[in-house]
Amino acid sequence: MTALVIRGGHLMDPAAGVDAVKDVLLKDGRVAEIAAPGKLKQGNDAESLDATGLVVAPGLVDMHVHLREPGQGYKETIASGTAAAAAGGFTAVAAMPNTFPVNDSPEITRWMQAPERAAAIRVFPIAAATRGSKGEALNDFAALKSAGAVGVSDDGQPILKDAMMRETLAAAARVGLSVIQHAEDTRQTQGSSMNLGPVSFKLGLRGMPPEAESGMVERDIRLVAELRDTRVHLHVAHTSTAAALGAVRQARRNGLRVTCEVTPHHFLLMDEHVGLYNTNAKMNPPLRSAFDRDAMIEGILDGVVDAIATDHAPHAMHEKEVEFENAPNGITGLETALGLCLRWLHKEWKMPIGRVLSLLSAQPAALLGLKGRGTLIVGSLADVVVFDPKAEWTYHAQETRSKSRNTPFDGWTMRGKVRWTISEGRVAHSSPA
Amino acid sequence: MKPTATPVRRQLQTPPVEPSQFPHNPGSLLSAEDLSLDGISHLLKRATALENEDPLVRNRLLAKRRVALLFYESSTRTRTSFELAAKGMGADTTLVSSLSSSIEKGESLKDTGLTLRALGAEAIILRHNSSGAPWLLEAVTRLPVLNAGDGMHEHPTQALLDLRTILAHLRPGVEALTAETLAGVTVTIVGDILHSRVARSNMMLLPRLGARVLLCGPRELLPDLAAAAGVGIAIERDFEAALRQSQAVMMLRIQAERLAGLQLDLEEYKAAYQLTGPRLATQAPSALVMHPGPIIRGLELTAGVADGPQSAILEQVRNGVAVRMAVLERALTAPDKQGGRA
Repeated sequence: MTALVIRGGHLMDPAAGVDAVKDVLLKDGRVAEIAAPGKLKQGNDAESLDATGLVVAPGLVDMHVHLREPGQGYKETIASGTAAAAAGGFTAVAAMPNTFPVNDSPEITRWMQAPERAAAIRVFPIAAATRGSKGEALNDFAALKSAGAVGVSDDGQPILKDAMMRETLAAAARVGLSVIQHAEDTRQTQGSSMNLGPVSFKLGLRGMPPEAESGMVERDIRLVAELRDTRVHLHVAHTSTAAALGAVRQARRNGLRVTCEVTPHHFLLMDEHVGLYNTNAKMNPPLRSAFDRDAMIEGILDGVVDAIATDHAPHAMHEKEVEFENAPNGITGLETALGLCLRWLHKEWKMPIGRVLSLLSAQPAALLGLKGRGTLIVGSLADVVVFDPKAEWTYHAQETRSKSRNTPFDGWTMRGKVRWTISEGRVAHSSPA
Repeated sequence: MKPTATPVRRQLQTPPVEPSQFPHNPGSLLSAEDLSLDGISHLLKRATALENEDPLVRNRLLAKRRVALLFYESSTRTRTSFELAAKGMGADTTLVSSLSSSIEKGESLKDTGLTLRALGAEAIILRHNSSGAPWLLEAVTRLPVLNAGDGMHEHPTQALLDLRTILAHLRPGVEALTAETLAGVTVTIVGDILHSRVARSNMMLLPRLGARVLLCGPRELLPDLAAAAGVGIAIERDFEAALRQSQAVMMLRIQAERLAGLQLDLEEYKAAYQLTGPRLATQAPSALVMHPGPIIRGLELTAGVADGPQSAILEQVRNGVAVRMAVLERALTAPDKQGGRA
């Protein structure tokens, strides 16, 4: 029986309302006891970590990553992607189904979770909503759920047809899964490689109008409203426009179960950060105008945003070192999320650390229905991140654990250094002070 | 005490946009914005000097220097004038075009650039169908890269030769350019602005000399947001109203190859935007008529206007050789030696 004591750290467990210096005993993969420093009743002979001056928090949960397996191991593997996740303080990630082949079957869903994948932390597959993510025939959600899928999505291939989206929402609700929509009306974005606006005009690039996102979100919300089934849960992935966020806000006022996530790059960067064709600033949805970016910040600070997710999307160097229009969409994000959130949301914009952590753990865990995660109450799973909240450091992409280094945050100052990431009681990552 | 108002939005510090690292090579000409007004003045002075130079002397200026022309798109004027400019100064040129090279076999722009560098190319002139391609090529080769047109983005040597043409007519004899050189001048660019790299380079360059740039065309080819691309740029959708204000008018071809499914009624377009003899005579009888070519007679302008006395179209072409000689000299000469041998 393995046991580990985290001594003297500042336990911040927003879901449980704990914000105090505590010793924490982890045993057999679960939180066994929490007590004032030196007051643990058990585990006095167990191995211990000295967390004096550090924050001890529930392991982070990223509800939107691309681990590229099966099929594109040259970009990332489940092993390398989860190693990067552990380094970033994550103990659970939800992997999108746009793999090769598409994860639209219980077999692939199980394959992704198999011990042979050598994941450093927990991987929760999100299965494709439709066969091959083609938007034509629904998958068997009950079978996918029992194989371990925690949601359905055709991420990257939005479900355009009203009837198909309605069917998806209804069928997912029946088995208790969320529908995660990459909201983009692709009829308005063909051939486009960045946000539509003065910047895209000046760069001579075709632009994606913000309405291509917000229009799709509005359509989806209308379908949720029409279904009149309280079990229906629509989650808007990587929200990037003020109009889409406004639609989510309104839907919630109307009592609908509509939630959303925002990525660090969409609340930090804007289309001007594309600079002179930096393909590491190319993703979908694209970096938007200052107006939309500011709306993401407001949405996070005022609470309409439910979760921060990275949309970690690794691509090989040779794929990104091409003409801007030809470069694939996406950037890595697992190693930089916590450091950016603490640097900007907390230090610069004064959001309490507890609320930042909640957006990165308790809230996404609840959205995905991950039981026993996102909190450290006694009996919950021993998924823990221990970090130095005041340490400032510089991120170097060349030192990444990911197989890819396509990030716009290379050389950026981060705040909050992860010392240990513990996955179900086992140290998945440790780094020196 | 000053009363403090509650701000509607929070005033927040956000991550800055880092200044550009481009160009890496001082000899590169990627964008019309890379050049200072002094740099442009110098280039135009050198263009005149080189044009008037004894061909036998000129032929030694870049003797046996290696210049590669890398063309991913077809071109008549730009390619030929760059080639004649390089050869006129004694350089060796080699042409690589996408249809007769390993590009067809899938070789990337990066690898093509590195290959040309390994073959001894000292500068690369790039025409590419993707906006931004010259920036990638310069970043990976670190050679002087001359942008000969990238997608819908820029065509800086065209803007320079257009400027030389405009100055010759409207400001003859002016050599040192300032922010007021073209004060009071309105240049109207007409037609397919959306897809035009010529329009973008000119609308970024001309206002820096004090000119006002009017953009004219239908919404499909000229979105409202174009006016926000820089200072000194405005939109006037009424062609005749624009003509009345113009000292120079640049007509553009409709770029059928870039319309991407856009449907356009050509008869309607001609009715509103074609430059006809009567239109020119009544609205702008002394304006300079320009066109970067290729022209489509009977579409954006009539044959009579193209061949008429106000047309500077062939003069623009001639200016292309002179300007490109100066640009090549700049690319292949160390900055400290530039201007020292006129």
